[in-house]
Amino acid sequence: MDELEKYVEDNATQYIVVNLGIEHYGIDINYIDNIVRVPAIRRVPNVQSYFKGVINLRGEVIPVMSLRVKFDMPETEYTGNTRIIIVKVDPQAAIGIIVDEVEQVMDIYDSQIEKVTGEKKEESNGYITSVGKTERGLVSILNLATVIGEKEQA
Amino acid sequence: MDVSQYLGIFLDEAREHIQVLSDQMMTLEQEPENQDAINEIFRAAHSLKGMAGTMGYKRLQHLTHDMEDCFSDVRAGSMTVTSELMDVLFQALDAIEGYVNSIQETTDEGEDDNENIINEINRIRSVATGKGGDAPAPKKEEKAAAAPAAKPAPSVGADDAKALYRSMKLDDSAKDVMKDAAASGKHVLGFTVFIEESCLLKAARAFLVIKALEDMGEIVATDPTTQDIEDEKFEFSFSLFTICDEEIDKAKEVMLAVSEIAEVVGEEFNESGIDSVGGAAKAEAAAVEAEPEPEPEAEKEPEVPAAKAESAPAVKAETAPAAKQGAANTKPQAKKPVISKTIRVDIDKLDSLMNLVSELIIAKNTIVSAADSSDSQNQALTEQVEYLESVTTNLHEAVMKVRMVPIESAVQKFPRMVRDLEKKLDKKMQLTITGEETELDRTVVDEIGDPLMHLIRNSADHGLEHPDERSASGKPEMGTIFLNAFQDGNSVVIEVGDDGKGIDVEAVRTKIVERGLASEDTAAQFTDKEVIDYLFDPGFSMAKKVTDISGRGVGLDVVKSNIESLGGDVSVKTKLGEGSTWIIRLPLTLAIIQALMVIIGDEKYAISLDSITTIENIPSSDVKLVQGKEVIQLRGTVIPIVRLSNLLGFDTEENSEDMIVVIAKKGDSQAGLVVDELIGQQEIVIKSLGKYINNDRIISGATILGDGEVALIIDANALI
Repeated sequence: MDELEKYVEDNATQYIVVNLGIEHYGIDINYIDNIVRVPAIRRVPNVQSYFKGVINLRGEVIPVMSLRVKFDMPETEYTGNTRIIIVKVDPQAAIGIIVDEVEQVMDIYDSQIEKVTGEKKEESNGYITSVGKTERGLVSILNLATVIGEKEQA
Repeated sequence: MDVSQYLGIFLDEAREHIQVLSDQMMTLEQEPENQDAINEIFRAAHSLKGMAGTMGYKRLQHLTHDMEDCFSDVRAGSMTVTSELMDVLFQALDAIEGYVNSIQETTDEGEDDNENIINEINRIRSVATGKGGDAPAPKKEEKAAAAPAAKPAPSVGADDAKALYRSMKLDDSAKDVMKDAAASGKHVLGFTVFIEESCLLKAARAFLVIKALEDMGEIVATDPTTQDIEDEKFEFSFSLFTICDEEIDKAKEVMLAVSEIAEVVGEEFNESGIDSVGGAAKAEAAAVEAEPEPEPEAEKEPEVPAAKAESAPAVKAETAPAAKQGAANTKPQAKKPVISKTIRVDIDKLDSLMNLVSELIIAKNTIVSAADSSDSQNQALTEQVEYLESVTTNLHEAVMKVRMVPIESAVQKFPRMVRDLEKKLDKKMQLTITGEETELDRTVVDEIGDPLMHLIRNSADHGLEHPDERSASGKPEMGTIFLNAFQDGNSVVIEVGDDGKGIDVEAVRTKIVERGLASEDTAAQFTDKEVIDYLFDPGFSMAKKVTDISGRGVGLDVVKSNIESLGGDVSVKTKLGEGSTWIIRLPLTLAIIQALMVIIGDEKYAISLDSITTIENIPSSDVKLVQGKEVIQLRGTVIPIVRLSNLLGFDTEENSEDMIVVIAKKGDSQAGLVVDELIGQQEIVIKSLGKYINNDRIISGATILGDGEVALIIDANALI
């Protein structure tokens, strides 16, 4: 309890740090429902390219998207480390995000976070709002609403 | 008095009464002389007033009271129904609905006194009848008091029969208590309360009566016991003794204020009178009932049938002359139809029941596939699995039926709306509704109201012409809007239409070009149907000017998307000069369907069995090209075919063998869907793909198969 209070006072947020290749991305732990290994993914035809399909997660059908495709990175084979992060930005609608690897849970303090501005912001299509400078290196913090919410740009 | 536990009942009943008022006021407006309508209105207004009073909603009570007075004058013939009067009364009804809504949200009726409406009602009344409108408050007292006051003197014929309290068996201690109280100047009162025979919640009413009396004094004894009353173990009357601080008339008035109380008979006892209680039973029962050997010592058992036998004719005898008295009588008369045994259930409970059934069916599918694949062909297992299948299917159907409600609740507000539109648009129109008893899933009924309302507004505003225009084109001045609902196989069809001017296809075509949605050449090539489909596009409006009724272009597209989200579709038939009809087709069930499982490429897909007519084997050589589209001929009909494998992104190798074609229909049109392999029929639970995936509507959802695999559901309607 004491620890928790300290975090709140120091305005730290817990993030799950995931890796795509050599890059680190942080996802706010409050949005995360679950982290699972990659099950059989059922392709859905004629959808946005980054949607890999749907999975059966304990009786629920959940769409999954590839973060690599979304970020225009080359696709790789799924490995034993590949994970699907199930996030719920809207409590009614879960969605899975495929990442190469889940590294750790990390507290990032407000003082460590720097907003992304200007050119860099445009470059990232608004997917990344800020960067956390941690002892493990730079962690790009994902703006989940834009990452999952945006429709395909034709 | 704590009445909060009856709030739900109050709200339900208040809404019913408001609906009755609305319906009957519409009738009255059409037929100002209709006595039945006036009586019905009067009864509803009176019940509403009584309920509001019991629940302590003073403003609501006041307003309904003034309305009631108005109708009382109308009934007595001292006031005629004018359109001015009806306008004000409809406003008052809206205000009442406002109170009820506010009570539902906050349990408080709000602060608005609606004085302007009350003043207006009173003004019209005073003009019409020459009477001031200020009399109502005392008048009400008089009315409430008048009925019981007419029979305070105990001992006259008919009343004796009803004074069941006199034959109550009291133990000595109770009698002593009452004697002491009488000696100390308190009122010792005996009552028999008759509840209307149409009452569904006798225990609740009785409870309210007892509660009300407990507020004024102490209840010494009841017959049957309070426990039995709570458990509804009594006929339509019960008796009690109370030691009360108030006068008998006041106590009666309070009891009569509880709704659905038909009558209260009672008298005050002095010390000596108390002794005669119970003993009187013999003489009384023998005299009035002529029942063989009624024993005064007998327990409740012989008494209860006696009460029943007595109260039934007694109530009848009471209402017959009462009806003749007309305006003076304010008692609601039991006119309700025969009561069926029903309970009200929270829709959430039904939803969770439905979810459980869905899960059960998924589990059943798992067992079915496990049983199929198990090596040992165990006869007993197979039989039980088949039995399980039939049970779950029946269970699903039963749950679906429970969730079905008539669409009446969604459409009953429309007559009133059309009446208002008539005034606003200065057109003459009437609304005819058929098939309001058609049943649909509760969720669908809740959602369908808005789209239907939009279509009716559309018909009123754009469809129907002004009266002079109509008579010029040889139509009756009165325009007709109709709403017909009926079941058609596994779907429900709702048609909304009018006999107005219809859709001017050429005008729409011009508009399409104007808006740059298509070039002139392309637009000229569109079929009428394709042109009309543009009306469903967001932002496309044909209205020349925006009115507050329609024309903002946020209409038909919303109608369409609402209906599609319910799994239905909407189309339109129109003829210039003769009117248009919008046809809405909705599925009976939402969550669980029978589907045909097929394989396309190497993936499994489900197609709803409802849309499938037949499955055919067609030689590839039979496929012909018509206008660049592939068609087949089947028993004389030309049917376009859709190669699903192409559509779903597979590379198809042309093969010369037979093709499997699933013939699907939507309304009158058909299409042949080419699949690679058939698996069979299966009951599936529809799961949404979620809002993030953007697909082209061919895939309407997904389902989980018995082995945990996900299969996608093809929406055949989108392909036709």
